[in-house]
Amino acid sequence: MIPAKFDYERADSLDAAIALLQQHGDDAKLLAGGHSLLPLMKLRLASPGVLVDIGRLKDLSYVRDGGDHVAIGALTRHHDVANDSTLASQCPIVSYTAGLIGDPQVRHMGTIGGSVAHGDPASDMPTVLLALDATFVAKGASGERTIAAGEFFSGLFETALNPDEVLTEIRVPKTAGRGWSYQKFQRRSQDWAIVGVAAVMTGSNGGAAIGYTNMGEAPMRGTAVEQALSGGSDAAAASAHAGEGTNPPSDTFASAEYRRALAEVLVRRALEEASSR
Amino acid sequence: MAKVIGTEVLRKEDPELITGQAKYIDDLVVPGMVWMHIVRSPLAHAKINGIDFSRAREMPGVIAAFSGNDLADDWPGPLLMAWPVTEDINNPSHWPLAKDKARYQGDGVAVVIAETRAQAADAAEAVDVDYEPLDPVVDMEAALAGGAPVVHDEFGTNRCYVWTHTNGEVDSVFASAPVVVKERFVIQRQVPNAMEGRGVLCQPNPAMGDFTLYTSTQIPHIVKVGMALGTGIPESKIRIVAPRVGGGFGSKLQVYPEEQLALTLAKRLGLPIKWTETRSENFLATHHGRDQIQEFELAADEDGRIRGYRINIKVNMGAYLMLITPGTPLLGAWVYCGPYGGEAYGIEFTGVFTNTTPTDAYRGAGRPEATYAIERMMDVLAKRVGKDRLEIRRMNFMPASTEPFAMPGGLMIDSGDYDSTLDAALELIDLDATRAERQARRDRNDTKVLGIGFSTYLEMCGLAPSRILSVLRYAAGGWDAAQIRVLPTGKVVLAIGTSPHGQGHATTFSQIVAEDLGIPVEDIEVVHSDTELAPLGMDTYGSRSLAIGGVAVHRAALKVVEHARKIAAHELEVSEDDLEYDGGTFSVKGAPDKAVTIPALAFSAWTAHNLPDDVEPNLAGTAVYDPQNFVWPYGAHICVVEVDTETGHVDVQQYVAVDDVGRVVNPQIVEGQVHGGVIQGIAEALYEEAVYDENGTLMTSSMSNYCVPAASDVPAITVGHAGETWSTTNEMGFKGVGETGTIASPPAVINAINDALSHLGDIDVGRPATPERVWRAIHGRGEAAPEAAEGPGAGAGTGSAERAAAEGGGDAQ
Repeated sequence: MIPAKFDYERADSLDAAIALLQQHGDDAKLLAGGHSLLPLMKLRLASPGVLVDIGRLKDLSYVRDGGDHVAIGALTRHHDVANDSTLASQCPIVSYTAGLIGDPQVRHMGTIGGSVAHGDPASDMPTVLLALDATFVAKGASGERTIAAGEFFSGLFETALNPDEVLTEIRVPKTAGRGWSYQKFQRRSQDWAIVGVAAVMTGSNGGAAIGYTNMGEAPMRGTAVEQALSGGSDAAAASAHAGEGTNPPSDTFASAEYRRALAEVLVRRALEEASSR
Repeated sequence: MAKVIGTEVLRKEDPELITGQAKYIDDLVVPGMVWMHIVRSPLAHAKINGIDFSRAREMPGVIAAFSGNDLADDWPGPLLMAWPVTEDINNPSHWPLAKDKARYQGDGVAVVIAETRAQAADAAEAVDVDYEPLDPVVDMEAALAGGAPVVHDEFGTNRCYVWTHTNGEVDSVFASAPVVVKERFVIQRQVPNAMEGRGVLCQPNPAMGDFTLYTSTQIPHIVKVGMALGTGIPESKIRIVAPRVGGGFGSKLQVYPEEQLALTLAKRLGLPIKWTETRSENFLATHHGRDQIQEFELAADEDGRIRGYRINIKVNMGAYLMLITPGTPLLGAWVYCGPYGGEAYGIEFTGVFTNTTPTDAYRGAGRPEATYAIERMMDVLAKRVGKDRLEIRRMNFMPASTEPFAMPGGLMIDSGDYDSTLDAALELIDLDATRAERQARRDRNDTKVLGIGFSTYLEMCGLAPSRILSVLRYAAGGWDAAQIRVLPTGKVVLAIGTSPHGQGHATTFSQIVAEDLGIPVEDIEVVHSDTELAPLGMDTYGSRSLAIGGVAVHRAALKVVEHARKIAAHELEVSEDDLEYDGGTFSVKGAPDKAVTIPALAFSAWTAHNLPDDVEPNLAGTAVYDPQNFVWPYGAHICVVEVDTETGHVDVQQYVAVDDVGRVVNPQIVEGQVHGGVIQGIAEALYEEAVYDENGTLMTSSMSNYCVPAASDVPAITVGHAGETWSTTNEMGFKGVGETGTIASPPAVINAINDALSHLGDIDVGRPATPERVWRAIHGRGEAAPEAAEGPGAGAGTGSAERAAAEGGGDAQ
């Protein structure tokens, strides 16, 4: 519960943060809300040499209407995402899901960008953003680029971000008028999902985008279910495909077998809820 | 004089607790203080071939580092084990640091002392221990099988003891009974998880050779004895202080290695030694609770009237015997019959060593295990003989009595009326409507089904009559003490031998004194938990403080009254027989305006200008009370659950608790105890389970994967009342309430779950009833094997980070 020794640098600007990342290379970790990184350091599961604190870069905390999308600054706290009126009307699955993360303390400190960049398959928000086909904006020494959510999550705690890049913005498409659901199954209200399922209806023909939390090495799309739906299957029939292509973990919370069974139930429930609103 | 006992006086302890002003161990800082850090074995079973401190000693701030062998000469005796339950018990020496072998994950093998806490932690990582891994044994039944690795070589077996108790002709009753039901129950291991972890600060006074040991404990007086025996330092040179203590639940009813280490190091180094436990250490190195495998047989007549009990229990001791490890299950040995009658009772406990953290007392200690077993059995018996679950209970209740009566296990119960609490509980729930809804959901094949569970329990507490403890081979007595000083200005200092850590002694005991002496509650200061200021006592556990310590307080107050009476008679110039006493005022019979109060008499006693020849100055009273029997609270709890048959999720929708705990001093404090206890018991039924993998690695080793529920996860609790059936054990009528909730509630919840699923076939959901365990029971998938996971600590704990660490990759951003 006592972290190993580390150096601490506070970045006063985004450019300063990028410069510090360049200077320290793999030895550096960005510190935003700290609610994923600090527990790992206290358990000595992570021992970065340098923490680059970007927590005070206030201009990275915002939610803006971007025309066909809503732009969310990477340092926007979960609490602010959960309570944002633009998101509530234009992309409600994001604000709803942000309200399910951790507990009030976590939501007041943790940031959406931190949750995405951490790349934990047990986190809720990456799944939702994946199902939404969100776009991530990253800035590094060589400039700014955008990365599609489908190309961002590459493995267990692995993302497409380069070591000297800072995730700056998340762009979510507006989904007003499309049904949605996020089904989070957990033992305690503040826990990570044992399994989570996101569903966003894609049109009037019963098609939907499906995302899974904690069903593999990274947040993943429920491709088999999506295909069954576009082939005309109803929610119950499509949910039978929920386990396909997944690789859920076995741990003290649940076996892989149980996670697959849960996924089927949650996909059906998500589709039923999404198609009813 | 207004009544004070029985009223809801606000807790006088609370202002400093809720404003953050209270000082706990970690708040204590003294000049020159240095920190110790324990090097703990990562392996459950390993030979220690050597320890190399050379790198650690070079680290910044390091003052010293020792192995167990380095300190062996400072320890004339092992850690205190006070309950050798049988003459032939296998009792291994347990030293503050392991000398030859590490026997569980977390076993201390070395200690590093440095100037700061962080320096000590860093240096501990640089201690190179040469471990030779040995095969561990984790499972109790495997440990008893031939060829199993042996935890303590000197015994050649993992069997620690076999303890039996029989009352009546058990075998003949079972041979002749027309109905015998038999079940096996597994009581999972739990981690007590007091909100405040442990901690010590030992301040030496080298010039005088004395030591003050501050420690977060329930038992300062017993720790003092343990320290004297373990270190050879004279008991008179050791002062133990428990400052504010943030909960214990039995986990601080212990004499811990770290206490003896801090004292040893303070003596060796002449420096104040500080240690604050981390939560990770709390999981590994603070004792665990429960962990039994029970085989239970009930013999009954064809109509379900119970004739006999035959119980065989294996209890996991863990790797060592700590303070009362072997005796803890015996605290439940008499209540495997619950509040029910019968003519024969036979029980056998087998203690088993394994390479796991030692077990010991955890809230309820032995009685939750017993209550779970009998209350599950009552449902099984009801089903077998085709009776309603309430009817089978009522027909077997022992008759109501306000006088002592014998019970099947052979002890005497102080008083009881078991129908009364059940009647009161049923008043608080619409049983007919709930049953109708349960049926309606079944009829329409709803995936969310309802169940109702009952638990009508009896427990024994108020530990304990010293003579009975002697018969049980416990090494100490069970009495307690109180001292009252009435100060010159009429205020009172009450010093007690019990040691509160959240219960509300200061308020409750002040109410007793206030009623006896007519002095306002706010004018009474309660002193405790400091062996230099408190009278010699036996501390706080086993719901004993009120039933024993509270009686001592009352008796000390009566001694004050008798002391004052002599002075009053002298001042009022009448004989003592001519005085009436009521609520702090002596008056002359027939002349009520000739009167004098306790505060005025205290002043007279202080000036001592005009005292009778045979009266000592200073108004004071001391009493020591040793009970002649236990006290026996009981009650009825009812739980309604909804089970999602698709996911296995259980939602507790209603919880009703009616407890008769004898005479109540402060109803609000009692209700708070019931709430906390019930929630802890619901956690036991649904959430908490300490899981080891086959290597003896604790898989549930943090708050993220050991599921202590949060406030948002537990239901509202309806507390009702059936009246007060006073105990006959003591003249105050007190029983105990500290453990009743935890004792009563687990079977109420599990019985409700099994009731909810009873239409689906022969389903027996075990505990904790996690969603997966319930789902497996419903869908016939057998026992889960999630422990066969990817590696130590794998899981959705810290997100997926521990899993990534186990796989050796994926450094998290």
